[in-house]
Amino acid sequence: MSSTKFILGHFDDPDDMMHGIEKLQKNSIPIYDVYTPMPIHGIEAKLGVKESRLGYAAFCFGCLGASVIFSIVYYTLVHDWPMNIGGKPNFPMPVFVPFTFEWTILWTAFGMVFTFFAATHLFPGRAPRVMDFRATDDRFIIAVDAKGNIPHEDITNLLKEAGAVEIKHNERKYVSYE
Amino acid sequence: MASHSESIIREPLITGKNITYAQITNEVLLPVENKPNKAWWIGFVVSVLGALLWVVSISLTFWYGLGEWGLNKTVGWAWDITGFVWWVGIGHAGTLISAVLLLFRQNWRNSINRSAEAMTIFAVVCAATYIVAHMGRPWLAYFTLPLPNQYVLWVNWNSALMMDVFAISTYFSVSLVFWYTGLLPDIASIRDRAVPGLRRRIYSILSFGWTGSVKTWQRFETVSLILAGISTPLVLSVHTIVSFDFATSLEPGWHTTIFPPYFVAGAIFSGFAMVQTLLLVTRKVLGLENYITMFHIESMNKIITLTGSIVGVAYLTEFFIAWYSGVEYEQYAFINRATGPYWWAYWSMMSCNVISPQLFWFKKLRTSIPFSWALSIVVNIGMWFERFVIIVTSLHRDYIPSSWVMFYPSWVDVGVFIGSIGLFFTLFLLFIRFLPSVAMAEVKLLLKSSSEQAKKKLIAEGHLDPEQVKDYTDALKKYDSVDLADYQTIK
Repeated sequence: MSSTKFILGHFDDPDDMMHGIEKLQKNSIPIYDVYTPMPIHGIEAKLGVKESRLGYAAFCFGCLGASVIFSIVYYTLVHDWPMNIGGKPNFPMPVFVPFTFEWTILWTAFGMVFTFFAATHLFPGRAPRVMDFRATDDRFIIAVDAKGNIPHEDITNLLKEAGAVEIKHNERKYVSYE
Repeated sequence: MASHSESIIREPLITGKNITYAQITNEVLLPVENKPNKAWWIGFVVSVLGALLWVVSISLTFWYGLGEWGLNKTVGWAWDITGFVWWVGIGHAGTLISAVLLLFRQNWRNSINRSAEAMTIFAVVCAATYIVAHMGRPWLAYFTLPLPNQYVLWVNWNSALMMDVFAISTYFSVSLVFWYTGLLPDIASIRDRAVPGLRRRIYSILSFGWTGSVKTWQRFETVSLILAGISTPLVLSVHTIVSFDFATSLEPGWHTTIFPPYFVAGAIFSGFAMVQTLLLVTRKVLGLENYITMFHIESMNKIITLTGSIVGVAYLTEFFIAWYSGVEYEQYAFINRATGPYWWAYWSMMSCNVISPQLFWFKKLRTSIPFSWALSIVVNIGMWFERFVIIVTSLHRDYIPSSWVMFYPSWVDVGVFIGSIGLFFTLFLLFIRFLPSVAMAEVKLLLKSSSEQAKKKLIAEGHLDPEQVKDYTDALKKYDSVDLADYQTIK
């Protein structure tokens, strides 16, 4: 039995890579993942990646930030220590606006970005699990899980037909960084 | 990808004949992966000397207090707040380029956003040091935070200075997050190209384990778009709030409702000027002419003209409203600005900010690199004078003529200011040395849609009728690096 774990199709053109995805899908070969040096628009629909829900997270964090700072300002300025300055009202709404606004944005930004890091498993010092070093440079890579009964030759040929410039049969899942 | 093709008659955003994805990585990472050249070292040594001056001046200020500065009883705010507003203003262009232009789908931002965002971060660092230094007792900076304390007192939420604390800190942190998130894919590129060793390990830590898989990219783009969406109102709010420091006071010359929009326009104006100052040199020294093209320079010059004109209108409006208000103190403050002892500062501001950018209406000047560079510095000087005029000329003659004085900066004042410029350039030079100064992933996105070669390919494939080809070749005359001969054969 072959020790190949992943078959990687290297493309040097994003259009060819899209063509490759279509070809594999037509032949019912499941695609493990696709790695690219830049975002490719329209690929999510093709691969059936669900729309990101980070927008909802952002909204929730924004609401939370707004509530937190509004409560702090309300507690300190109106409830805990109201001051009479020149007869101005104790609950001055205009004063609340800048603080609430700034913290809505602050919490939205941080909440959403940390959710993004958590959802994509990114954190400082995480061992990079790349399948090929060139995926962040100039290669558009389709990774196919080699397990299963499909003859590897067929996958290789399909990728070649689609315009792959290089096909790799990796014995390990990730390139070693150790 | 095909859906991304831009209109053929639009100017290419990447020039050069046969650029490939690999070439983009190679060219952008050239200064990062190689030893710095002579120009970098000269710049770095000069900047570090400037930064040392900053360290000395700030240390003296901390050690002996604000008496080291030229402030007096009447003029209690001078070069410090001038410097603060100037630096915060400069920071604004970065966010504007990365956020507002992203929302408006202005793809030309892709080549310049990275450096502009870095500039924002460093400018806000310089601004923040001014604020902390001006506190007099900077070790008590935490007093500005709403923390429970032994005095059982809370911060004064009614104060515009408190709003500043929230605005600037939010602005800094959100800009930093926006910048760093955008850097991840490019840091991963450096990591994957590095030979195993310390260098790779460091970039590996910094890259957060980025792999470039589809899902990550999709979420990354969502994050970028939402961050742009929230940064746009943020950037407008920050300088609005900075202007509240003045506008909410009753000082003649400050108490004006036009300040918020006028400050925002001024911030964009000075920020773009600083981007121009930095990038015109950077593109030349790092050989990035194919990515930061004449189109970019011209577009930025157009924004400088627009915002310079807005600022000019604001100056005139202020004058008109001072007269129209019928308040004699207000009227005096403005007449005094133009004809009083600080007339030279006022007219320097007027000529640098209002008159000089109007020269950009001439295409020849707008597309001249030496002229753009010189004018960007003129604008920077003018915008510094603007803040100086607003602050010092309003304060030096108040309601009581017996307290009228002039302000003379001490050498420490000058040292802090010159030093902050040194600090800024030191940080910027370190940035271009260790991180990619052009967002590679975003520029690669343009290669197939709006590069010169993509457009030529479309013509060669016959996607245009002859009339359109003519339009296109006419349009090409506008670009600096395209050889027109290439298009003669396509008929």
